[in-house]
Amino acid sequence: MNLSEHLPVLQVVVPLVAAPLTVLLRKRSLAFATVLAASWIAFGIAILLWMKVASTGAFSYAIGSWPAPWGIEYRVDPLSTFLLVLVSGVAAIVLPFSRASIESEISTQQHYLFYTMFALCLTGLLGITVTGDAFNVFVFLEISSLSTYVLIALGRDRQALLASYQYLIMGSIGATFIVIGIGLLYLMTGTLNLADMGQRIGAVQGTRPVLAALAFLTVGISLKLALFPLHQWLPNAYTFAPSAVSAFLAATATKVAVYVLIRFYFSVFGESQVFDRLPMKEAMLLLALAGMFIASTYAIFQTDLKRLFAYSSVAQIGYIILGLSFGSATGLTATVLHLFNHGVTKGAVFMLLGCVALAIGGTTMTRVQGLGKRMPLTSFGIVVCGLSLIGVPGTAGFISKWYLLLAAMEKGQWWLVFLILASSLLAIAYVWRFVEAAYFREPRKDTAAARPVPWLMAVPTAALVVATVYFGLETSFTIGSATKAAALLMGGLR
Amino acid sequence: MTTGGHFTYFITVFLMIAGLFIVIARGNLIKKLIGLGIFQTSVYLLYIAPGKLLGGTAPILSDAFTVYSNPLPHVLILTAIVVGVATLALGLALVVRIREAYDSIEEDEILSLDADQAHRKQEQQ
Repeated sequence: MNLSEHLPVLQVVVPLVAAPLTVLLRKRSLAFATVLAASWIAFGIAILLWMKVASTGAFSYAIGSWPAPWGIEYRVDPLSTFLLVLVSGVAAIVLPFSRASIESEISTQQHYLFYTMFALCLTGLLGITVTGDAFNVFVFLEISSLSTYVLIALGRDRQALLASYQYLIMGSIGATFIVIGIGLLYLMTGTLNLADMGQRIGAVQGTRPVLAALAFLTVGISLKLALFPLHQWLPNAYTFAPSAVSAFLAATATKVAVYVLIRFYFSVFGESQVFDRLPMKEAMLLLALAGMFIASTYAIFQTDLKRLFAYSSVAQIGYIILGLSFGSATGLTATVLHLFNHGVTKGAVFMLLGCVALAIGGTTMTRVQGLGKRMPLTSFGIVVCGLSLIGVPGTAGFISKWYLLLAAMEKGQWWLVFLILASSLLAIAYVWRFVEAAYFREPRKDTAAARPVPWLMAVPTAALVVATVYFGLETSFTIGSATKAAALLMGGLR
Repeated sequence: MTTGGHFTYFITVFLMIAGLFIVIARGNLIKKLIGLGIFQTSVYLLYIAPGKLLGGTAPILSDAFTVYSNPLPHVLILTAIVVGVATLALGLALVVRIREAYDSIEEDEILSLDADQAHRKQEQQ
């Protein structure tokens, strides 16, 4: 048997098998080892797939050798491999971090269940990315969502329970909207294979069920990716979840939802249908701008750093959707780039906050006073990531914002260039709030000494911070992949 | 198509809106889940009803049958039902935990309890 042929399905199966294994093993160190191995294997497979696509181009995998469109097809192309690398890479980095991080946040008997849920969540996210079947998207979406609800509910405070419940309600409504959309598309085209659907939809273009499907899918997926004003679940979920979970979700979950949106827009409906028949461009532009400005303003007035950066995530999702609203290749490149760069940056931010929470017991503004003296390296890391969120040259955030500006200039929309820069000023304001507290205030007198951060947490965190800077300087991987993905989408799979 | 032909769609849309309305309008956490259940169930109907043809048989390859019902929606909905049950179970489990932590299952009461707690914390600082 040739294993390399089966890489696309192994990508999903490896973490899927790891999940029940951890339940059977029960011992938390064994469970940790299993899921760690699974996530590193998944990362390895993702890199292999990326290399294979880079050298020989996109290919498909037929599950059980049933050819598409009858069987379920796994589609491996430049866009999906790029996302696979991001998701599995972040998982492989966050997992070692989680071991020490959950020690103080989750009771010891539940640790192995944490790893189970983590493996399932990873399975779902990877599955959504690799599958070429519409109903499979829904099933994997629910696998990842259900495990996410559990992961959030594991948080230390009791507010985590309500945050998880609210996310469950919103997430299920979103997922149900997605099924309605897929159902309507299935009724009209008679197929569930995304590529096949893209071909057959031409015959029924512009009919009411198809437009309704477009509307249902847009709203459902927007709920999942926390597009303003459907972001209500996100700040609470990120604030009260365990640190490792916040880091993993902030870096991957919303990004995969954006991927689903891109897939449906460009591979199924086709840009002419999305952008010409309905005023989608204008709607997305408006919501993206509203998110960028309103969520950034909210972020400035938060007293908890985790919540501050959660609102910043909503604002950054605005940038991602803004790129989509241009409907041009440059805009799409900016979107895909920002998916990756923002994922890496936000993952690093929440891991750093996890270190802070462990060392000094919390992340509120009053607690982090004088952090620059007490934890110089960690504070410096947060500042570096903050610069990336603002979009300062030399960090990953700059690259994607630069492409966003290019896309705006290409269309000659100078007012938009101005607005993008103006919203970056708001980002400076909320990052400055941390700088002011950490560097210009004395530590409070009554605080105990900071607990040392174990190396198992420090090393992965440092790795992701370095990645934030690395992808701002060495961009051949990110820009190369994003341009290829955008070209593929604009050329259309149809 | 006549109004009669659209009968199942009317039922589907009614259930859909009723379910969604309950989720939005009710503050009781259990009632919200019931609404969510109704909303999800309406989608089962949306899928299954068009798959049934009057006089259609199971898809058996034989000259004796010419009209087949589509079996695929049923299979899809089996999966969706499993997902729905899992969501409901998880939601109810969360409500049990919430009741243990707050001694209430009314959303507004829980939110005001949280607000009180945050207020006290601020005064301490």
